[in-house]
Amino acid sequence: MKGYNKLIFEVSREGRFAYSLPKSDIEGISIESIIPKELLSDREIDLPEVSEVDVIRHYTLLSNKNYGVDTGFYPLGSCTMKYNPKINEDMSELSSLSGIHPNQSEETVQGALRLMYELDSMLSEIAGMEKMTLQPAAGAHGELTGLMIIKAYHDKNKDFKRTKIIVPDSAHGTNPATAAVAGFDIVEVKSDKMGAVDLESLKSVLSDEIAGLMLTNPSTLGLFESNIKKIADLVHEAGGLLYYDGANMNAIMGISRPGDMGFDVMHYNLHKTFSTPHGGGGPGSGPVGVKKELVEFLPVPTVEKNGDKYYLNYDKPNSIGKMKNFYGHFDVMIKSYAYILSMGAKGLKEASQKAVLNANYMMNKLKDDYNLPIEQICMHEFVLGGLKDNIHDIATLDVAKRLLDYGYHPPTVYFPLIIDNAIMVEPTETESIETLDGFIDAMIEIAKEAKENPDILKEAPHNTPVRRIDEVKAARNLILKWKKE
Amino acid sequence: MHRYIPNTEADSKNMLQSMNVESIDDLFSVIPKELIFNRELDFEDAMSEIEIKKHFAEIGSKNKSINELTCFLGAGAYDHYIPSIIRHLAKRSEFYTAYTPYQPEISQGTLQAIFEYQTMICNLTDMDVSNASVYDGATASVEAALMAVDNTRRNTILVSETLSPEVRKVIKTYMGFRKINVKEIKMADGVIDIDILKDAMDKDTAALILQNPNFFGIIEEFEEIERLIHSNKSLLISYVDPISLGLLKTPGELGVDIAVGDGQPLGNSLNYGGAYLGFMAANSKLVRKMPGRIVGQSVDADGKRAFVLTLQAREQHIRRYKATSNICSNQALNALIASIYMVTMGKKGIKEVAMQCAQKSHYAADKIIETGKYKLAFDKPFFKEFALVGNNDVSDLNKELLKHNILGGYDLSKDYENMDKNFLLCVTEKRTKKEIDELSSALEVL
Repeated sequence: MKGYNKLIFEVSREGRFAYSLPKSDIEGISIESIIPKELLSDREIDLPEVSEVDVIRHYTLLSNKNYGVDTGFYPLGSCTMKYNPKINEDMSELSSLSGIHPNQSEETVQGALRLMYELDSMLSEIAGMEKMTLQPAAGAHGELTGLMIIKAYHDKNKDFKRTKIIVPDSAHGTNPATAAVAGFDIVEVKSDKMGAVDLESLKSVLSDEIAGLMLTNPSTLGLFESNIKKIADLVHEAGGLLYYDGANMNAIMGISRPGDMGFDVMHYNLHKTFSTPHGGGGPGSGPVGVKKELVEFLPVPTVEKNGDKYYLNYDKPNSIGKMKNFYGHFDVMIKSYAYILSMGAKGLKEASQKAVLNANYMMNKLKDDYNLPIEQICMHEFVLGGLKDNIHDIATLDVAKRLLDYGYHPPTVYFPLIIDNAIMVEPTETESIETLDGFIDAMIEIAKEAKENPDILKEAPHNTPVRRIDEVKAARNLILKWKKE
Repeated sequence: MHRYIPNTEADSKNMLQSMNVESIDDLFSVIPKELIFNRELDFEDAMSEIEIKKHFAEIGSKNKSINELTCFLGAGAYDHYIPSIIRHLAKRSEFYTAYTPYQPEISQGTLQAIFEYQTMICNLTDMDVSNASVYDGATASVEAALMAVDNTRRNTILVSETLSPEVRKVIKTYMGFRKINVKEIKMADGVIDIDILKDAMDKDTAALILQNPNFFGIIEEFEEIERLIHSNKSLLISYVDPISLGLLKTPGELGVDIAVGDGQPLGNSLNYGGAYLGFMAANSKLVRKMPGRIVGQSVDADGKRAFVLTLQAREQHIRRYKATSNICSNQALNALIASIYMVTMGKKGIKEVAMQCAQKSHYAADKIIETGKYKLAFDKPFFKEFALVGNNDVSDLNKELLKHNILGGYDLSKDYENMDKNFLLCVTEKRTKKEIDELSSALEVL
């Protein structure tokens, strides 16, 4: 089936079907007798008509046009594309876990509640926080939850003029977007030459209107913010709280804890640090942890234990409320819980150590051919600033697209915004030295091509299922669904 | 050493040597001493696969799943049939171990699947445009409300009391922080009270969110409401059960502006409440107000049809604080599952599922009422759920049903005043006549 290029609608043939339902054993009830005609639809439902084999082939062939962590190296900075262990998948599919209904009584879901309670405790221990909510569906959802908690804290203190959140200029785009959605104004603070928060710039924006500061540590440049204690003290003295974006937790598990750095509230990305698959863009999970004085504001329900009985606690009068349906992405929680059990304390620490080692190894090997704007030991990721001696003015995007031809998923490009032509590489700990070397060789080869044969980069990729796509056309001439011709 | 971490001690040594660093600890020397965690994390030792399986067997044994219980519980999550092929396809690791399709040349699988998802959601709801999904039905409702506020430049959202209490709670949390008013419209006999709605509407009404079939399973009458809402220049948002669209009038036919809902019934496991997906479809005028990812069709350098994330100028990584929403993910894998479900069930299957739900739930209602101990809480046409009122406290009732391995209904007194002894039952196509008869007999003797 080489070159398969059909939409499922183009495979459809009248009369085919793939479903298998028993014949209804209820007789003598016609639809017209139970639902008034004017409430029933008049139209034919326009869904495909295909056989079971058609469905299997279609999606199998589509999957062949994808690239996943199981396909190959995925050094996507800030995304922690580590290996997704298969035992985790198996555990999440156990019918004793996947087959329970969210509205069942607590007595019938004690196993599920125990799992959530223990995951909460383990995540709190890793972070140095008092308690978590597992409800947020993703990192950005966790950020929103965290900022709402900060607002609820100030509101309870009748400190209503704290309407501003400080966000560094190197932050993830979600940080300012979330602050805006939570109803805050954004104050941007500059980074210094080393990509760290500029203390003078920070001091100049602190006031009694500041609700808090959002920070990633290690920063989005992959560098540890060694002034973090000072930053925390400054913000706290001004009456603000510190929010930790846990995107980069993979660098410091068992090594340093956000709670000890002075952060008051934080989110994790279970789909990054705790090995759950990204699913092609979701589902993720973004648990939020808080210090003791903020526990009362966590969303309802929290999972608690009384004697040997677990329960859902809705009795939290100061809670910010509910953030989503039910209790969060339970299947994702199962996977990260299984992961922590498989790793243990030593394994998690080793994961962070080897992630950092891998990143430094690569940075060191690539700095001769690519600009390294900040030369310093990095954490789990590093940021390059495009090609060195770039005589043909090759764009970072072209380097990324050429990597596709070499069989690699490219690193994150053009982020963080404060580095020109940024190439952000995060190898993770689950890659071997041979894999890293293979990628390094490809990057060096591409740097050579950039000098000797620039067109091959500008026109890349050459051997992918499709070639470079006209994104402008997609946005101008909107085709967002298939229509019969 | 750990099985997920390939580099050995010798590898590490070579790597350190290549950069003239003595030890791994030296790489962490940038962290101030007082911030170095000075003990080991307080965890059990790492477990082998065998130990993990045993541990999970122990945890699982403390749950009672729908494998052991006959499920008559709904109220936001539904025990529908899940075709076998879904697992085999959604578990292809090229799908589930992929990242967001930001490199479209090697992500055509995910992108085309989303494009097909958007098409099928549009066809099912009879709307013009769909996004690639959001977290769940509740957050889809929130995003729809924010779209309405943005579009109408008004600041009040009306929600019917017949909208899922869970969804209403989430809407209140979000709107509270945005200083958007939420007004609840009381119900009359299990449906929205139109007189109260008329009184509540004014120049600040951005939208009404009305569930259909509503939380009690009842099919709401839209005709007059649609006229009222639109003559007030407000938007009509409908929260729908996608399965019901196999039978009932669609949001498009009813003149709805934004259709949202939870896509769990489309092939997703119960999973104790998540992960599911929220679907959103709107009329074409609202396309640029739509939050979340959207996939569009284009061509590649050779002129070949290809798919790509589009309209990204709305999104947070470009717009930062001016973004339409802070959402930066979709439920891609759950949307893939929903797509495979819609394809597998197809034109006829989805209709058959809806018919069986309606027939079986009506059979169940009749049968239980025949016992003489229960009556319908509301005398209105319903789809697959219906509220009953009996003589017992609902949690006691459910405890007794559990002894018969039956997962009983949802206790409506939790969310509604004056609904003591009321419960909501759900009957899907999976239930048989025999199971329904057993439920009825069990209820009869209580």
